[in-house]
Formats: sequence, C-alpha cells, structure tokens
Amino acid sequence: MFSPQTEAKIDALIAKYPYKRSAILPIIHLAQLEQGKVTEEAIHYIADRLDLEPVEVYEVVTFYSMYFMEEIGKYHLQVCRTLSCMLCGAEEITAHLEKKLGIKPGQVTPDGRFRLSEVECLGSCATAPVMQVNFDYYENLTPEKVDEILKNLP
Amino acid sequence: MAETKILTARFDLPNSTSIDTYLKTGGYQALEKALKMTQEEIIEEVKKSALRGRGGAGFPTGLKWSFVPRSSPKPKYLVCNADESEPGTCKDRYLMEKDPHQLIEGMIISAYAIGANLSFIYIRGEYWYLIAVLEKAIEEARARGYLGKNILGSKFELDIIVHPGAGAYICGEETALLESLEGKRGHPRIKPPFPAVVGLYGCPTLVNNVETLSAVPHIILKGGDWYRQLGTEKSGGTKMFSLSGHVNRPGNYEVRMGYPLMQLINEEGGGIRDGKKLKAVIPGGSSVPIINAEEAARCNLDYESCQSVGTMLASGGVIVMDETTDIFETTFNLIKFYKHESCGWCTPCREGTDWLVKLFKKIKSGSGTQADLELIERLCVNIEGRSHCPLGEAAVLPITSAMKRFPEDFTKRVRKTLPVLQPA
Ligand SMILES: Cc1cc2nc3c(=O)[nH]c(=O)nc-3n(C[C@H](O)[C@H](O)[C@H](O)COP(=O)(O)O)c2cc1C
Ligand code: SF4
Ligand code: FES
Repeated sequence: MFSPQTEAKIDALIAKYPYKRSAILPIIHLAQLEQGKVTEEAIHYIADRLDLEPVEVYEVVTFYSMYFMEEIGKYHLQVCRTLSCMLCGAEEITAHLEKKLGIKPGQVTPDGRFRLSEVECLGSCATAPVMQVNFDYYENLTPEKVDEILKNLP
Repeated sequence: MAETKILTARFDLPNSTSIDTYLKTGGYQALEKALKMTQEEIIEEVKKSALRGRGGAGFPTGLKWSFVPRSSPKPKYLVCNADESEPGTCKDRYLMEKDPHQLIEGMIISAYAIGANLSFIYIRGEYWYLIAVLEKAIEEARARGYLGKNILGSKFELDIIVHPGAGAYICGEETALLESLEGKRGHPRIKPPFPAVVGLYGCPTLVNNVETLSAVPHIILKGGDWYRQLGTEKSGGTKMFSLSGHVNRPGNYEVRMGYPLMQLINEEGGGIRDGKKLKAVIPGGSSVPIINAEEAARCNLDYESCQSVGTMLASGGVIVMDETTDIFETTFNLIKFYKHESCGWCTPCREGTDWLVKLFKKIKSGSGTQADLELIERLCVNIEGRSHCPLGEAAVLPITSAMKRFPEDFTKRVRKTLPVLQPA
C-alpha cells in the first residue's frame, strides 16, 4: 500500500511495542506524511496490519487534531492562537496571512499550496508569536518575517 | 539572586546533546552510583530531596515511586510525560533539545528503582524534530552500555521507546496518556486505581514529567539533602519557569524554589514591556487562577507561597499581562482552548465549555447582560467537581479567578438590566 521505505518503518514499529495496537499513532503519522491525508484505504490497511476493526482506527484518526482526512495542502501554516501568543500579536499574524493568501483559517488555497489553521499552544510560548509550517517551528514572528518565510518555501 | 543552573547547566555548551559532552561533565556517574544502591535506598534519597512532580500536579515524587508494587509478578513500565501542552509552558522541550542524556539517565535510574525493563517517552506530535534528537541519544547510550541488556554489568535491562502523540492536550493527563499509548482515543480513566498499580496494559506504571526525571541524576549524585536545600523546606530544589507574555526578555529560567515571582519578572525577564505597569500574572500555566499585581508582589515561586495567594505553581508557565490587557479577552482566549481540548467524554465539561464559549461570544458582541455573567458563574459551579477528570476544573479556574479579581473587565461589557422597549 505504501512505499517500501514506509512499509519498512511500519514493520519496525509493529515489532517495537509489546502490543502492536500501540503503534497506531506513529503509523497514522507515516501514512499521512506519505499520502498528504489519511485515506479510507489507509484506515483499512492499518486496521488489517494491527488486527483491528477499521472503526477502531477511524475513531483514533478523528480524535487527534494532527490527523486530516481531507487534503492538507503542501504547506500547513499553523498559527498558535493561545494566550501567550495572543498577548504577543498572534491575531495580527493570522490576519496578515488571511489577507496575503485570501483564505480563512480552515481553508486551503485553490492551488493546494497552503492551508491556514489556528492551532492551540505549540509549546513555544516564550518565543511568541509562533507558527508551525508542517513540522518546522517559526518563532518571534512579525508580518515581515512571515513574508520572508513564505517567500523562501520551495 | 539569579538563576541557579542545575538542570540547565549544560544548555550553553557546544554539542550539548552529544554523549561525549555529557560524559565529560559528570554524565552517567549517577547511574553508576545508583546501580550499586538498593531500590529502597534510591527511593529514600528521592523522598529526602522533597522533589515534587513538575508536570503540574506537584505530587511528591519519592512517595509516588514507593506506590509501585515492586513485588508484583507483572511487568512494570516507566512512562516519561513529554506531552507538554499546558499553555504558557515550554520547558520540557528545551530539556530534551539541549540535554537529552540528562533525561535518559534520569529514566534509567527511575526504571531501576521501580523494576521496569521497558520505558516510553510520550512526546507531543508537534515536537516531531525532537524524536530524532532523542533517538540519537538513545542509540549513543545503548552503544556505550547504558541501555539494553546487562547495563554496566548489573544484569539490569532497559529500553526506551519514543512515542509521538498526535495533537491532544488531554493526553498530558496521565491516564489519557496511557489510553493513547495503548492505541486508543485519549479519554481519561477513573482513578483509583492509580497508574502506579494499574497502568499501561494493566500493569504497574510510573508516569513522571520530563523535568522531574531530569532532576533525578542530580539527586542521586549529590544527595537528596543537597537538592532539598536548594529550595525551601517543603519545595525542594530548583525549577524551570517559562516566562511569556508582556515582558522584555521572555524565556526559560531555572531558579531556586521560593524565588520571588516579581524578581523573575523584573530581573530575569527584564521587566514589563514598554515600561508599562503589571496588571496580572498566571504563574503556573493556563489552568491555574490568575492573580493581580498586588498578589504577585507577595508571591514566591514555591508550592506553598503560590497557594497562599490563591493560585498554584503547577507547570511553571508564567504568563505576564500588562496594564493594557483586557482580562475578558484573555479569559475568552483560554475558555476557547478548553472547549477545543475537552475530550468529550463527560457532559459537564463537553457541554459546559461549549456553553461558556457561546456566552463569552454573546458578551463580546455587545448583547450580554448581567444575567449572562451570573449564568457563567453557575455553569462554572456545575463543571467544577462534577467532571470525569481535572480538565473540567482547569477550564473553570481561569474564569472564576478572573471574574473575582478583575470584575470591572467583565461588568463593563454587559448591560445592567434587560432593555425595555420604549414606545416610539
Ligand atoms: C488536563 C491535564 C493535562 C496535563 N498535561 C500534562 C503535560 O502536558 N505534561 C505533564 O508532564 N503532565 C501533565 N499533566 C499531569 C499528569 O497527569 C501527571 O500528573 C504528571 O505527568 C505526573 O508527573 P509528575 O509527577 O512528574 O509531574 C496534566 C494533567 C491534566 C489533568
Ligand atoms: S472533564 Fe473534559 S477532558 Fe476530562 S473526561 Fe470530561 S470531557 Fe474529557
Ligand atoms: S501560547 Fe502559543 S506557543 Fe504556547
């Protein structure tokens, strides 16, 4: 179902835990990284590999905020909206991105390049305001810095 | 007074993550010492240190360790809680990023003390980049014989699995964390039984925070008494505080327990931004009561002093707000957080946080009345003490404390009485 590299990682994860169901979160991460979202097929496949019912995988996928069943987009811009970031200007960062990209939080640009999200505390409060682009942290943001970051994304 | 760098001592060294740097600066000596001690002796030393859990609840660490039934025939597990998602808190991240071996050594000693042969680091999924840092350090430790079978010839065996979460604040709560680690939705379990007795896969499990475990090597190497005297009588040692919000130098600072809060803000933090005055502080992460400037002036950073001004030390996330801050807005921000993070298991928290957000929205839009504020208070009463896990309580404390200490920020938003239609 996945690339040989991902399959090898899944095999290793399943072997690593005392009970293979424990491998479910890292496996869903891998599936999403490879396919850009969590697909129905992936859910069935993971259920099969872990001897679970598909619904047991589905209920996990829908519980955690990092998993998406719709296309994420190439770059997921996740601006922290929680208190420390708000005190340091997070709303301004989000407004700037909304204007620049022409989308609201929860939306994807028509070309599929950017998804904008407001997320909860990213554990980077002392370097607020903060956003994560996919897995990379960008801290002490200003609107100018945001422009620079977007410009430099390949 | 200034910072007292115990846990953060290696942070500024070049290559601080490498095992060679760690070994050159006294690393893994505590483990060698611990392996020559009995399990009871280690637990005794930790009890003496007055170390209390740094994840939020502040439970005495040595006492918690002594609850693990070591004679149980079941396997025992150690789980390091690296979920760090309490708003305002960002210390565990740097403990892992800058000194992963300190955490690993603490985990090996702790696992030895309770007789665990497998351990986990449950790390929030957003800290993805740290997985590689931790796994590299684990490999280094294994290559030198500190992990794996027969550690330093002692017949003790331990492995560490780094396990990423996937975005859920509730998975920081220890029983929800265990559910999540078992591959399920992160719904908290009923306590008792406590994880020390029935934890991961139904087996005795010790759950400790990253910072708690990172302190263990120092306690073993230099002694519990030494660690304790760094802090106050009841709150031993040092603690990391994440300072954020309206200060000139936000950052993570390690100070002795009992350090004055205003000194942290004014000296380490360089004072309030733009020369403004202080209005409010949340001293222990978003879930603890907010205090005003007068209370902050009386507050020292230890468990007892925080309690004496009506708040809690908890995770040590110090959020500072200047005189221009609207406490209605900051409270609204937090209640949205709790609504988003409510796991949905029990009605008071799931429905209550949703209602609270609706009421705050209404008040913000300008159509709120005094009756809405009273309804908010009643909702809080009905969530507090009636929820399945402490998240419900955590959602309420920021609101009730804010309304009590800064009532004008709320009352000025609402109309006193319902408007009466006037004939044209
Ligand atoms: C809603 C909620 C969230 C929590 N989040 C965390 C967390 O992110 N990290 C953490 O170490 N402890 C967290 N805790 C506390 C844990 O339940 C537990 O007390 C702690 O991991 C025990 O370790 P300690 O004694 O070393 O602090 C949370 C508790 C609750 C109720
Ligand atoms: S109090 Fe909230 S987070 Fe805790 S079990 Fe109930 S719904 Fe879930
Ligand atoms: S509040 Fe934004 S990172 Fe913590």
